[in-house]
Amino acid sequence: MSETFQLDGAAVPFEPGQTVMQAALAAGHYIPHLCYHPEFKPHGSCKLCTVKLNGRTTASCTLPAEAGLNIESNIEELNALRRTLVQMLFAEGNHFCPSCEKSGNCVLQALGYDLEVHATGFRHLYPDRPLDASHPDILLDFNRCVLCELCVRASSEVDGKNVFALSGRGITKHLIVNSASGLLKDTDIALTDKAMEVCPVGVILKKRVGFSQPIGARRYDQRPISAQALDDAPRQVDASGNCKTCEDAS
Amino acid sequence: MLPDNDTQFDASGQAWLDQLTARHRNDASRLLQILREMQERFGHIPQDAISRLAERLGIPRARIESVASFYSFLHLKPQGEYRVLFSDNITDRMLGNQALLEQMCQLLWLQPGKVSEDGLVSINTTSCTGMCDQGPALLINGRAITRLSHQRVQEIAQLIRNRTPMSDWPADFFHVGDNIRRGGLLLDNKLAYGEVLHTALAAGAQSIIDTVKASGLRGRGGAGFPTGLKWESCRKAQGSDHYVVCNADEGEPGTFKDRVLLTRQADLVFEGMTLCALAVGAKQGFLYLRGEYRYLLEPLRAVLQRRRDSNLLGESILGKSGFDFDIDIHLGAGAYICGEESALIESLEGKRGVPRNRPPFPVTHGYMQQPTAVDNVETFCQAALAVQMGADKYRAIGTEKSSGSKLISVSGDCAYPGIYEYPFGVSIREILQDCGAVNTRAVQVSGPSGVCVPESEFGRKLGFEDLPTAGAFMVFDDSRDLFEVARNFVHFFAHESCGFCTPCRVGTSMLKQTMDKIANGHGTQYDLNEVENLDRVLQTSSHCGLGRTACNPVLHTLKHFRPAYENKLKSLMFSPAFDLDGSLARARQMTGRDDAGAHLKETE
Repeated sequence: MSETFQLDGAAVPFEPGQTVMQAALAAGHYIPHLCYHPEFKPHGSCKLCTVKLNGRTTASCTLPAEAGLNIESNIEELNALRRTLVQMLFAEGNHFCPSCEKSGNCVLQALGYDLEVHATGFRHLYPDRPLDASHPDILLDFNRCVLCELCVRASSEVDGKNVFALSGRGITKHLIVNSASGLLKDTDIALTDKAMEVCPVGVILKKRVGFSQPIGARRYDQRPISAQALDDAPRQVDASGNCKTCEDAS
Repeated sequence: MLPDNDTQFDASGQAWLDQLTARHRNDASRLLQILREMQERFGHIPQDAISRLAERLGIPRARIESVASFYSFLHLKPQGEYRVLFSDNITDRMLGNQALLEQMCQLLWLQPGKVSEDGLVSINTTSCTGMCDQGPALLINGRAITRLSHQRVQEIAQLIRNRTPMSDWPADFFHVGDNIRRGGLLLDNKLAYGEVLHTALAAGAQSIIDTVKASGLRGRGGAGFPTGLKWESCRKAQGSDHYVVCNADEGEPGTFKDRVLLTRQADLVFEGMTLCALAVGAKQGFLYLRGEYRYLLEPLRAVLQRRRDSNLLGESILGKSGFDFDIDIHLGAGAYICGEESALIESLEGKRGVPRNRPPFPVTHGYMQQPTAVDNVETFCQAALAVQMGADKYRAIGTEKSSGSKLISVSGDCAYPGIYEYPFGVSIREILQDCGAVNTRAVQVSGPSGVCVPESEFGRKLGFEDLPTAGAFMVFDDSRDLFEVARNFVHFFAHESCGFCTPCRVGTSMLKQTMDKIANGHGTQYDLNEVENLDRVLQTSSHCGLGRTACNPVLHTLKHFRPAYENKLKSLMFSPAFDLDGSLARARQMTGRDDAGAHLKETE
């Protein structure tokens, strides 16, 4: 019998080393998140998964699970906070959903719908972020980048390549690629890289496959992200409660 | 314009770089130090040099660009031969730095933020350079010049136009005064070099920790963590190595006490660090010196060398076998966030200064994931004094929960700006009297992230019981607009946000936009509500203290000086931030027109 903590009044079992996010998803409880990905070490930058613990707020993806914690997540105060964070991300980049290839498959858009974000709320920053179409098979549209670092992590941790990195500071922070020319064509990226799969928005795109799946039949067109995320979450796979993905991620 | 791919990195440049990296043992954890030296040599980090450096260190070039772009004093594009950065703290503004910046731009024919067409000079602003007691101040190629006046600006412009090497500039330009106005147990100490170490060695490591704990000493960097407890946790933590780090990244606008301590009491700082090394069992220490204090590097290195020669550093210190400890100085490069201890450690490891997720804390997983004691410059001095005096005598000074003395950096509207040492428990009113401040409207205690105290609360006392402070004390008299004070601080936070987490990265920029909108006369009640909304988001979800305190200046001034905001508001409930007439400014500039017909009338 494993130990448990409380999440919105429900008892959530956890294994030693798991974070609150990992344990919650594995037990079928959804906490909104964007930069967290079950296959990578959590780093807690988007702050959408912020929860309340003894009156204090903290990111749940990096919070180590402990017995007896009493955590609040699905409350209006926090959902309002998440709504504002999503608004901030929309205002920070250049997001034009109707013309975006990722529409319907985009985590930011799906979070917007699920959290009922009805307007962007802030004055748009309209940053100048040129495309990189230099690579024969891959297009980079930096306008949509939400700086989650998943491609950075995938490329270094899984692909062993370091194709991507973050440059600049503060509001000027932006994604760069690893080449003297600054262009993707001069990096060693390959279509089979993990980094090609992880972008939650529409930055890293395969050329010549755009709109092959019709809008309306896409991932988050079918079911909201809160339901989808639980399907994707690594679950306890055997009787002993061992889950390889969770262990690798912690 | 200079080409992006400049020609400076030739064969001799490459040979120099190879020597440089060899001196740093081709160690990627030395990346920031290497980049800083490259910046000094080339005036920027040349593109070709990055490729070479990546090869030598065996790291991806994107990582080098990623690190270099994080620090304000490192440039990936060519800058002027003379790179001028005006300190832009509110105290510099109050002393007229904007007019001086404009004057210099006019004299040298360029716009702020741009490089002159002949590549001679670039002029911009930077965050507080720690010279508030002798501002307005600026940095030229990393060297501090204080007490700017129109005449001095004229002289500087002349020297730049004549391409006079900076080594031939008048020495008086670079004079940095200590301005010690009031001494105390720290500033007036008469300890001989090594005296405290002798005492401590006789007593032993555990006794040092016991004394520091019993003295009630708390960290002087602002947070006030009990120092003895920190050292004890570090000593007990398991690790292959233990480290001591002195945080001399004094970036909080309005603070300059560490500058004075490192000038006047460097031995006591190093003595405190060595004491800590003995207590926690460290063999290596680092002093992380903010880039703005670059001019202190050589004098501090000389002090370290003298201490090595006197067997106060190095192997078998004071003849005690097994007591080996040495100190290396790392320079920062213009990033306020590196004052946060985990960001400082990241920077020490040659990375971007992004605060880590905590726990684990540095006492167990610090530098190179090993147990590390990070303390402020003043804390190390106070620890040495506490060990020398004994816990009881030390504890008798100050108040119950805040023992000892505190250095206060006084600047702004007062007759005698400078350093004042007081026992904890001193009231704001007392300090104002001592520094000759009259008609004071408010005092900003502990910098932008601290507290704005209005006149009605001048009876409040400095100390952990009431007003904790890292030492900044900026005085504003009744001629000052507290809205402009807050706006300056908001710009500061937006500039210094590391950009890691969404709320701080975007929120500080949104806050800046909103404050600028109000300043430009477009603000409404809606914007004040927006400020409160942003504050809630920043406070509840930011990754570190920078974001969590970024709204403080606005919230405190709104609370005490609301009319300063309200008299700038339009009566409308909402006004768009988009300024139709303002957007024509570029067209006016291009056509050289500024007549009535070139302006749009706003409809009320």
